[in-house]
Amino acid sequence: MNHWPFIIGAYAVALLATLALVLRSWVEMRRAEADLEGLKR
Amino acid sequence: MHILANPARFLKLARPLTAWLGWAGALVTAVALAIGLLVAPKDYLQGDSVRIMYVHVPAAWLAMGGWTGIAVASLMQLVWRHPLAGVAARAIAVPGAVFSAICLATGSLWGRPTWGTYWEWDGRMTSMLVLLFLYIGYVALADADRERGGEGRVVAIFGLLGAINIPIIRFSVEWWNTLHQGQSISFTGGGSSIDASMRWPLLASSLGFSLLFGAIVLMRMRAMLARQKVEARMRRLSA
Repeated sequence: MNHWPFIIGAYAVALLATLALVLRSWVEMRRAEADLEGLKR
Repeated sequence: MHILANPARFLKLARPLTAWLGWAGALVTAVALAIGLLVAPKDYLQGDSVRIMYVHVPAAWLAMGGWTGIAVASLMQLVWRHPLAGVAARAIAVPGAVFSAICLATGSLWGRPTWGTYWEWDGRMTSMLVLLFLYIGYVALADADRERGGEGRVVAIFGLLGAINIPIIRFSVEWWNTLHQGQSISFTGGGSSIDASMRWPLLASSLGFSLLFGAIVLMRMRAMLARQKVEARMRRLSA
């Protein structure tokens, strides 16, 4: 059995999920901190 | 830990630390996974599929470490009423759930070429699936509690009780006759059965993913603190 499709699938799942989590967390943080700054002004 | 319980002091430290953890984590993870994919040797029994270990094992450690963090923060919230403890626990929950799901998905993809099946209801896999359900339950409970304006005590108690599953996951491969292999790495002096040529890339990828996990938790904590301040100001303005 060729193992590489499983290896590529596993790396794709791990990297895409981690990247999506980082990006979503970053966007939420920026948005929340911008809202707070907007209120302070 | 008590020093960081002050949100202003925490934010002063968290702002530069978020970027440092994020970039260092991305760099270490990229190098470690490149070594794991292209340089590290294949296993004499499992062949190339062992390379899945470099994403699967860090995800498993972070899923378990995440709930341990929730339990510690919940205890601090209940005993010392630290203002940041509840925020920290809630910030860990979503990344913990995502890493549990990564662990299950990559483990399933590793299982097919090595065991001949994507899934088996054995002790390790079932207890890890229970951990994912605990995370989902925690997120739902925390959201419901926040909407009701609760103090988060029920959520903290749930976080503490859920920690019972962590030793079950850890010792499942010893307590039951499972398809999953036993511990290959020991940090308590039991010795590691994994060769150094595979152990170092594994420890490096674990470090890289851990740094990224730390950056994600800090970003989520900063977002929650900013939202809390906005809500408090809006309440004051409308009063």
